[in-house]
Amino acid sequence: MTDWGGWLSPGEAQALWLSLKTGVVGTALSLPPGIAVAWALARGRFPGKFALDGLVHMPLVLPPVVTGYLLLLLFGHKGPLGHFFETHLGFTLAFNWKGAALASAVMGFPLLVRAIRLAFETVDPRLEAAARTLGAGRMDVFASVTLPLVMPGIIAGTLLGFARALGEFGATITFVANIPGETQTLPIALYSALQTPDGEINALRFVGLSILLAVGALGASEYFARAQQRRIRGHR
Amino acid sequence: MSDMRLKVAIAQCVEGFALDVAFEAGSGVTGIIGPSGAGKSMTLGAIAGLSRPQSGRIVLGENVFVDTAQGTFIPPERRRVGYVFQEARLFPHLSVAENLDYGARRRGTASGMSRMEVIDLLGIAPLLDRRPHRLSGGEAQRVAIGRALLAAPQLLLMDEPLSSLDIRRRREIMPFIEALHRRLDLPTLFVSHNIDEIVRLADRVVVLHGGHVAASGGVAEVLNRLDVQSLILGEDGGAADPATIIEARVARRDEAYHLTELDIGGATLTVAELPLETGAPVRLRLHARDVALATERPSGLSIQNVIEAQIASIRPAGTSQLDVELSVGTNLRLYARITHRAAARLQLTPGRPVWALVKSVALASDTNESAHSL
Repeated sequence: MTDWGGWLSPGEAQALWLSLKTGVVGTALSLPPGIAVAWALARGRFPGKFALDGLVHMPLVLPPVVTGYLLLLLFGHKGPLGHFFETHLGFTLAFNWKGAALASAVMGFPLLVRAIRLAFETVDPRLEAAARTLGAGRMDVFASVTLPLVMPGIIAGTLLGFARALGEFGATITFVANIPGETQTLPIALYSALQTPDGEINALRFVGLSILLAVGALGASEYFARAQQRRIRGHR
Repeated sequence: MSDMRLKVAIAQCVEGFALDVAFEAGSGVTGIIGPSGAGKSMTLGAIAGLSRPQSGRIVLGENVFVDTAQGTFIPPERRRVGYVFQEARLFPHLSVAENLDYGARRRGTASGMSRMEVIDLLGIAPLLDRRPHRLSGGEAQRVAIGRALLAAPQLLLMDEPLSSLDIRRRREIMPFIEALHRRLDLPTLFVSHNIDEIVRLADRVVVLHGGHVAASGGVAEVLNRLDVQSLILGEDGGAADPATIIEARVARRDEAYHLTELDIGGATLTVAELPLETGAPVRLRLHARDVALATERPSGLSIQNVIEAQIASIRPAGTSQLDVELSVGTNLRLYARITHRAAARLQLTPGRPVWALVKSVALASDTNESAHSL
């Protein structure tokens, strides 16, 4: 933090740090269920698959405010899940950075699942059958054949979800409000700056910061995806 | 010789196709042949455990893989059945060496052949560090064979391992497969729709057609049946000419002219020199289109293989041609494909003695893909 003090104001540094923290935590937590759901959607045959597909894509098509409000209803102090977390697990999600992480995770989830699902669909099941005749059980095949082959998709999906999480605004501000240092991520700080008289310069600085972050995430995504492709199929 | 005996008796119905097969296979190579859609791959899939029969039993030696009456189903990873697929199916994210070791790491060291031996036999030592996408089709298939062998199988399934390769690659890989079967004491099922491959590799054959076993037994005995030949060749059986598989022996070697004389049971065929000792068995395949007929003993002819025969029967093959069945000696049957006009002009009728001129012979030997008869 202190290193950046020279060219970032404390408020800016705080917003940047919060964005990164909620984005990383939210994306990391949504990765395991994301892989599971992507696998189920790509390979599974079960009743309710269509409904699950719809549910996963819901945040993509719902107005973010609606998603945020639904999160508030579910995870707020009085919400059924929020109440359960508070009384049994001793932590709250409403109006703190954990809630912001949850909101960004929910909003990034469809993109993450979509990329990983597409990767699962390109894995040839005949390779998995071959692995089983070579003595590998189902879980072993998943870990030693399937997962390495979907790794480019997982990386792409993770970075896509992360980039989406960084830009999260509507659901976050609805669910956990706009609390500097707690839930005021970059987009929300930018919004606040715009609400302030003579805040345009500050707003522009937030804009620049957001663009840098987004470009960085996309660049990293491209780099890792290419490296993985090279590892699997050689130069293209 | 291992006494591992495979017993299969299963019924399975997938998407309207009903498979209902029963056969046994012992040591050596059992060829499974039939037109596409006969249920060959489905049968192998059931034996490997990749699909589950609706009813029946599959037993290898003492191991019951499937017994639907008992509710037994051993998953593929615990069957020790090596499977070489039509496509190599190498893992693209692993090097050749890692592919080879994939099964070995999970099943422990192979009892039959060491890693070195397998690599040596298949000639894949220079490929070990490569990635599968840098291999040619034939190289990939050799690696796939090595990978299956190193997983310590007790039974080897080969599902048309040559069919995805062009003729040159086939010729390149065939000697490896032959060497493998000579070297290994491993019961093997070799699936093909190509009679020549089966003639060359198999000790016994099971003919599948429409999901059923149409015939099974010794290769020559089964594949010389015309009904079996037309089953295998399918709809265009009329266009394809009948062929005779002959279990021959090396009778004499003519060192001066580099020739080998083969005893085909009642007659002698001379072919280009074979690297085989006198008395060694050779399997030949003689196509009707390579046999011409003469009503008198021909003289002044470059074709040296002239066999005395008698016409057994004549049947039409298409609009302009005929297949003439010839009996040679006591139990050898040959076919000659000639035109209607030739038959009319020569006045060929059953019972008439003729001379069969053999233009070329397909040899199912170790070294030659085919040799011209002399």
